[in-house]
Amino acid sequence: MAPRIGVVLFPGSNCEHDAVEAVRGLGGDAEVLWHGDDTTKGVDAVIVPGGFAHGDYLRPGALARFSPVMQAVQRFADDGGPVVGICNGFQVLTEAHMLPGALQKNAGLKFLCTTVTLRVETTRSVLTGAAHVGQELRIPVNHFEGNYTVDDATLARLRDEDRIVVRYVDNPNGSVDDIAGVCNEGRNVVGLMPHPERACHPLLGSTDGEVLVRSLLDAASRARV
Amino acid sequence: MRFDVQVETRPRAGIADPEGSTIERSLPALGFEGIRDVRVGKSFRFHVDADDEAAANELVQDVCERFLTNPVIEDSSITVTPAAG
Repeated sequence: MAPRIGVVLFPGSNCEHDAVEAVRGLGGDAEVLWHGDDTTKGVDAVIVPGGFAHGDYLRPGALARFSPVMQAVQRFADDGGPVVGICNGFQVLTEAHMLPGALQKNAGLKFLCTTVTLRVETTRSVLTGAAHVGQELRIPVNHFEGNYTVDDATLARLRDEDRIVVRYVDNPNGSVDDIAGVCNEGRNVVGLMPHPERACHPLLGSTDGEVLVRSLLDAASRARV
Repeated sequence: MRFDVQVETRPRAGIADPEGSTIERSLPALGFEGIRDVRVGKSFRFHVDADDEAAANELVQDVCERFLTNPVIEDSSITVTPAAG
C-alpha cells in the first residue's frame, strides 16, 4: 500500500498542491490537512508546505504555530512520525520550537526567486535517506525570510550531532554556516528553505527534488510498520 | 484597572540584524557619517485591563514570550504604567 502523506493547509499556504502532486507523482497518496482540525488523520508523514500562513502577520509562522493542527503535528512528531517543513513550513516549525534557530530577512533585504545548488550533508534524516552525502541538487528557492540564524552554542551542537541536512553551495541569503536545512534530535523532523516539490518534473526544469521526496515516502513507509 | 503598555523588541546581542546592517551600509552614501551599530526592532503599544499591576505584568510577559517576540532571536523590554484618568 502506498504511504499516505498529509499536507497541512493554512489560510495563506500556496504550495500545498505542488507538494500533493510531487507525492502522487512518486507513487504516494496525499491528502490535505486543514489547519483548524486537531488531527493528522492517521497519515504516515506530514509536509508543512510553503506560502504565507496566516499572511505571515507579525512574523512568518508566528500565528501558524497556534493553529489546532500544529498540536496534532507536534504529537505526531513526538511519536517519531516524519515531518518536513518547506520554506514557510520551515519557518512554522522553528516558531513552534520543533526545530532550532529562526529564519530572518535575507542578507541585503532581497527577495530571492531563483534556483540554487544544495549539497546533501547527511543521509540520517527523513528527507535524505535515499540521497548520498555530497550529492548536489538543483532546487528552487523563493523567499524573503530564509536567512537561517542560530546562536553559536546551538550551531556547534548541530554540527557535532550531524544535524545540518543540506547546505547551499553558494549561500544566497546570509544563512549561518550556509545552512539550508536542519533536523531535530530525533532526525524525524526536517526543515529547509528550498522547494524540492518544485523540482519533481522535467517540465519544471529539474527533477533533483525527487530523491528528497522519495526519501520522505520511504520514511513514511517505514513509520507505518 | 487600565494600564498603558509598551513592548520594545530588538535582535538579541550576537544575532545578526540584516535590516540594521543594510541601513548602516547605506548611510555614508546618503551623507550620514559616523553612525555605527544600527539595530532595528519593533515597538508595540496597547492597553491592558487587569486587577493590578502585577497581573498586568504577568499577562504582558506571557504574550511577549509566546507571541510578540521570538525569544530565539529577539530580546524585549516591557513597560507597564497605570493609564491616566
